[in-house]
Amino acid sequence: MADKILKELTLKIWRQKDAKSKGEFKTYKVHNISTGSSFLEMLDILNEELVAKNEEPVAFDHDCREGICGTCSLFVDGRAHGPDDDVTTCQLHMRRFEDGATITIEPWRCGAFPVIKDLIVDRKAYDKILQAGGYVSVNTGGVPDGNAIPIPNAQAEEAMDAAACIGCGACAATCKNSSAMLFVAAKVSQLALLPQGKVEAARRAKAMVAKMDELGFGNCTNTGACEMECPKSISIEHIARLNREFLKAKLKD
Amino acid sequence: MSNFFTSSIGKKVIMSLSGLFLILFLCIHLSVNLLLLVGPDAFNAGCDFMALPFIKVIEPVLALGFLVHIIWASVLTIQNRKARPAKYAKRCQSQNCTWSSRNMYILGALVLAFLALHIATVWYKFKFGEIHDHYEFVSGFLVQPVYGVIYIIAAILLGLHLSHGFWSAFQSIGFSNQIWRKRLEYIAYFFAVVFAVGFSIIPVYFMIFGN
Repeated sequence: MADKILKELTLKIWRQKDAKSKGEFKTYKVHNISTGSSFLEMLDILNEELVAKNEEPVAFDHDCREGICGTCSLFVDGRAHGPDDDVTTCQLHMRRFEDGATITIEPWRCGAFPVIKDLIVDRKAYDKILQAGGYVSVNTGGVPDGNAIPIPNAQAEEAMDAAACIGCGACAATCKNSSAMLFVAAKVSQLALLPQGKVEAARRAKAMVAKMDELGFGNCTNTGACEMECPKSISIEHIARLNREFLKAKLKD
Repeated sequence: MSNFFTSSIGKKVIMSLSGLFLILFLCIHLSVNLLLLVGPDAFNAGCDFMALPFIKVIEPVLALGFLVHIIWASVLTIQNRKARPAKYAKRCQSQNCTWSSRNMYILGALVLAFLALHIATVWYKFKFGEIHDHYEFVSGFLVQPVYGVIYIIAAILLGLHLSHGFWSAFQSIGFSNQIWRKRLEYIAYFFAVVFAVGFSIIPVYFMIFGN
């Protein structure tokens, strides 16, 4: 069955020359978009038209286009990654939009994620938080046997749920306080749940929270908006664990 | 514990603990208020109990609880607003979180405005006025429609504040997981309804039956 065709769409897109320039919304029209195409493919079509007209194409982040890398961002019609739940923008399809619709496309708005160009923001802040403690220190030597450390299944599953985080930034972009707590919680939780990560749990929680605060992210007020917009549906129960880990670590100081 | 109170989680813990303390106070306040429905003797006895010295010494602690909760809320709100210098042109927040969770500061400010009115019109007179029959004073006060309606609205605002605040307080100190989150949310709604209905049933009672 052939996909339906959207005859015309109006796109209100944030255009900004570079980090220093003042941006503004520009309106574009795209025609004959298949409902089977992804949101990013629709933007590709727009860009091809812009290039043909000798205009500057819209800059947006994308990479794997299968929802696992976390590169694509975009605030589409007032929601991170668009109107669908549990998807990245590359997994959002045009069948979610009506013919003749006006779609507002904005970059992540978060002080710690400054706009570089058009719809691209600098998400180095998340890398810096990871560098502060989002790892397990491993000594050199032989590879330990896979079954040497027994881990209960429920715990392994919970750690894997947290490890699903792709660091896309939707949590901080969605949060009314621009808080990065869900991201930090996922990273802290994923490692704190496993024996290999437990050793450094206290130091990690303190270092990552300190870095998060230093970078200017807001304070979590438990609205739960982040978990609703997280493409990997990471639960804010991990935030409760981060709070526990941080409190435990601080009480020992 | 160095720099605990300046960290984001530390500040939230302060909000949480001061909030839970204030909820405890509300429980006592509501219990005494509900004695109004029992009758003049019961309520006056409740007022006499609240005037005992060991209750009086808690008053400054309570005031401190309010102050801490208000000051830290203001600091957090200012920081949170600063964290997003450029705003979104279009947002659909109703899709991902509750209205009260997004407007805790506004709800808190409205409850504070009510508190100021309550202190000026009732608390001050209880404490420094010459009231012989507390029941008569309160029933005479709440029978006035203006105050009755304001008290009902305030009770509803408080309920909305608690519908998020109660469970959020436990989340902030890390007391939540897959099982307890749902329980806490239900308890929060229960508390919200108990306080909203409990506090507003009294003006409704007096407005219907008079004093």
